[in-house]
Amino acid sequence: MKFLEKQLVRVRAEAVTAEEAISLAGQLLVDDGVAEAAYVAAMVRSYQQNGPYFVVAPNIAIPHARPEDGVKEASVSFLQLKEPLLFGHTVNDPVQLIFCLGASSSEEHVALLKKLTLLLNNPDNVNKLSLAAGYTDVENILKGGM
Amino acid sequence: MRKVLTVCGLGQGTSLILKMNVEQVLSEKGMLAEVEHMDVSSASSMSADYIITSKELAESLAGHKAKVIIVNNYFDIEEIKQAVEGLMA
Repeated sequence: MKFLEKQLVRVRAEAVTAEEAISLAGQLLVDDGVAEAAYVAAMVRSYQQNGPYFVVAPNIAIPHARPEDGVKEASVSFLQLKEPLLFGHTVNDPVQLIFCLGASSSEEHVALLKKLTLLLNNPDNVNKLSLAAGYTDVENILKGGM
Repeated sequence: MRKVLTVCGLGQGTSLILKMNVEQVLSEKGMLAEVEHMDVSSASSMSADYIITSKELAESLAGHKAKVIIVNNYFDIEEIKQAVEGLMA
C-alpha cells in the first residue's frame, strides 16, 4: 500500500485539459510500478463516459477506475496543478488538486480511502496542499494533519 | 432500520469516502442506519430509503423510489450533517 510517497507526488504541474491532468496524475502510479498504463486509460475513459462526478469537493478530483483495469498495488498519487482547470463540474470547478486512486479490492483500499478522507476533511490541509511548493511541504502536511 | 446508499459512478472510490463521512455523522448524532456504497447502475435497481450522491449522478437516479439527497462537497462535514438531518425528516 502506497500513500502519497515522494515519487507519487508532483506539484506545479501544467496541463491544458482535464484528460491530460488525469493522465499526468495517473502516470505517477505507472512510473512507480503500482499500476499499468491501461489503468490510466481506463480513468480517462471513465471521465469521458461518466462525467466529472469524482470532483467530490471544490478544487479536488479523485479519478479512479476498477481494480481489474490494471492496479498492481493499492495506492494514491497526488498532482497539484500550477493553474486550476475546468473539469465540467457544475459546482466544484475549477480543479487544482488531483488524487489518483489505484483501486484494489483489498482491505488496503479501505485503509487508503480512510487516510485520504482524514487528510481532506480538514480545510486547512486542503489550503496547504494548494500552496505546496515541493514534496517537503506535502510531507509536513501529512505529518501534521493526520 | 433505514437503508442509505451512497453512490458513485463505479462504486469503488468516492462512494466509499461518502459512506465513511455519512457513518461518522450518523454515529456523532447517535442515529442508526445501514449504509452501503455502490455504483449508480446497481443503485438504480436496489431498494433503499435514501440515496446520497453528487448532483451529477442524482439526475440519473431521478426515477428511484428512494429520497435522493445531494452532497456537493464530500469533505464538508457540515454539509453532510445537513444531508443526514434530511434523513430524519
